[in-house]
Amino acid sequence: MLISEQKPLEEILSYLEGDKSIFLIGCKGCAEGWESGGEKQVAEMKNTLQEKGKNVAGSVVVDMLCDSALTKLKLRAHKKEIAAADSILVLTDGAGVQTVAELVNKVVHPGCNTLSAGGAHAEWKEAERCLECGDCMLEFTGGLCPIARCSKHLLNGPCGGSQGGKCEVDPDIPCVWQQIFDRLAKLGQLDKLERLVTPKNWSVSLISGPPVKRLS
Amino acid sequence: MKTKSNLERVLESKIFAVTGELGPPQSADPEVIRKKARILKGHVDAFNVTDGQTAVVRMASWAACLIAKEEGLDPIVQMTCRDRNRIALQMDVLGIAALGINNMLCLTGDHQKFGNHPTAKGVYDLDSIQLVKMVKDMRDERKFQCGEEMAVEPRLFIGAAENPFADPFEFRVARLAKKVVAGADFIQTQIVYNVDKFADWMKMVRDRGLHERVKILAGVAPIKSVGAAKYMKTRVPGMDVPDSVITRLQGVPKEQVSKEGIKLCIDIINQMREIEGVAGIHLMAIEWEEAVPEIVEAAGLMPRPRLVT
Repeated sequence: MLISEQKPLEEILSYLEGDKSIFLIGCKGCAEGWESGGEKQVAEMKNTLQEKGKNVAGSVVVDMLCDSALTKLKLRAHKKEIAAADSILVLTDGAGVQTVAELVNKVVHPGCNTLSAGGAHAEWKEAERCLECGDCMLEFTGGLCPIARCSKHLLNGPCGGSQGGKCEVDPDIPCVWQQIFDRLAKLGQLDKLERLVTPKNWSVSLISGPPVKRLS
Repeated sequence: MKTKSNLERVLESKIFAVTGELGPPQSADPEVIRKKARILKGHVDAFNVTDGQTAVVRMASWAACLIAKEEGLDPIVQMTCRDRNRIALQMDVLGIAALGINNMLCLTGDHQKFGNHPTAKGVYDLDSIQLVKMVKDMRDERKFQCGEEMAVEPRLFIGAAENPFADPFEFRVARLAKKVVAGADFIQTQIVYNVDKFADWMKMVRDRGLHERVKILAGVAPIKSVGAAKYMKTRVPGMDVPDSVITRLQGVPKEQVSKEGIKLCIDIINQMREIEGVAGIHLMAIEWEEAVPEIVEAAGLMPRPRLVT
């Protein structure tokens, strides 16, 4: 079970600045259980966004958003609504956000912070997708996680060892910063990489913070 | 002048600067450092002391810097994020400055997997860009990363590295720009063997006006053998060694390869001096310090300005 909680509304709205029309995605798996992005929360978010003057182009709540094949199938039914939206807001853990980012050529905003994988690692088995850092960065990295997938957890771009799309640590590991660069280039958002990212708050991460507090 | 750094003084007076490199020993022997420092003395304006390069345990950079400083040189302490969190980094910054060291090169660090303790836990609390910003704020704002103030600031000339040969190539100059915004005073680049690619990168640097905001020292290094060239080409992350370099070394009799390696290094230095915006060289004759005086002399970079710190 991946444990997540919704980011503060202010933070979510700052992500959506400039986007008029939003498509909403939730998950009936973990996010439903933790009330961060189930049917109810998606409906609530729809109302909130409309109150804030946004147009909600559509919404869908997938059974297991981290199941890439299932999500692909479900999103196909909303192709037109997604195409009409400026961006997508995903209300679930980091694994689900990254599933959507890989499937859709559109800006994907994370609406939640992932606090803990609770021992599980989502349905997406081929690679690490979320390190439960508690302070989701996917907004700034094209929906690909540098905490989980960069060997040095770098936040300001690739190190000097990225060559030919591979990580210096192992030629079998893709350099996630190359992937982030390519995706942001495709989305016309390379300016996102010019921003100086400040030191991360590790106190909310499972590996550095107190687990009892997080799981209570 | 922001600091008492000899390197800063040389760069500010627009003299083409020369920095060297010294690797501390895998032991507690101070004589190794003294010996290497004496070879470099008078031939470089400052020199880096590596901080656990390739993640192999060696004497601490700051300690080796202090020993070298006793020999009358201006050391550049290297500091990596691999082994220290923001608490340890700031404590070291204060200590380094208090010991009278004037320069610091901020690095993310080679991954622990490459060293002799591959099962170690990497830290990477900050990245090199965040480290530059933190040291800059400590020096210029007298502020710790948490925002609290300090009474006496660490007066360090702040350096960072950049690799024009890593990917994505188009992002490399943007990354340099971030280091400049973060507060880097000088940049030392990865070793240049692919001069054309370096020149392309420098053009992108000039297009953004970065060469006017930061001093760029081009990395150069002599190659001792054909085997070493091949090793760098295939095994060292982030290196770009064109085939022409290997062909050139293969073209001379075996006993003359190291001599040819030195000649190649001198040729590259001369090419670097022609590129607008290159403020100096960073000469890395790792475990071959004896080659430094010969190279600096033959490249017409002697005498060096009298050292003042």
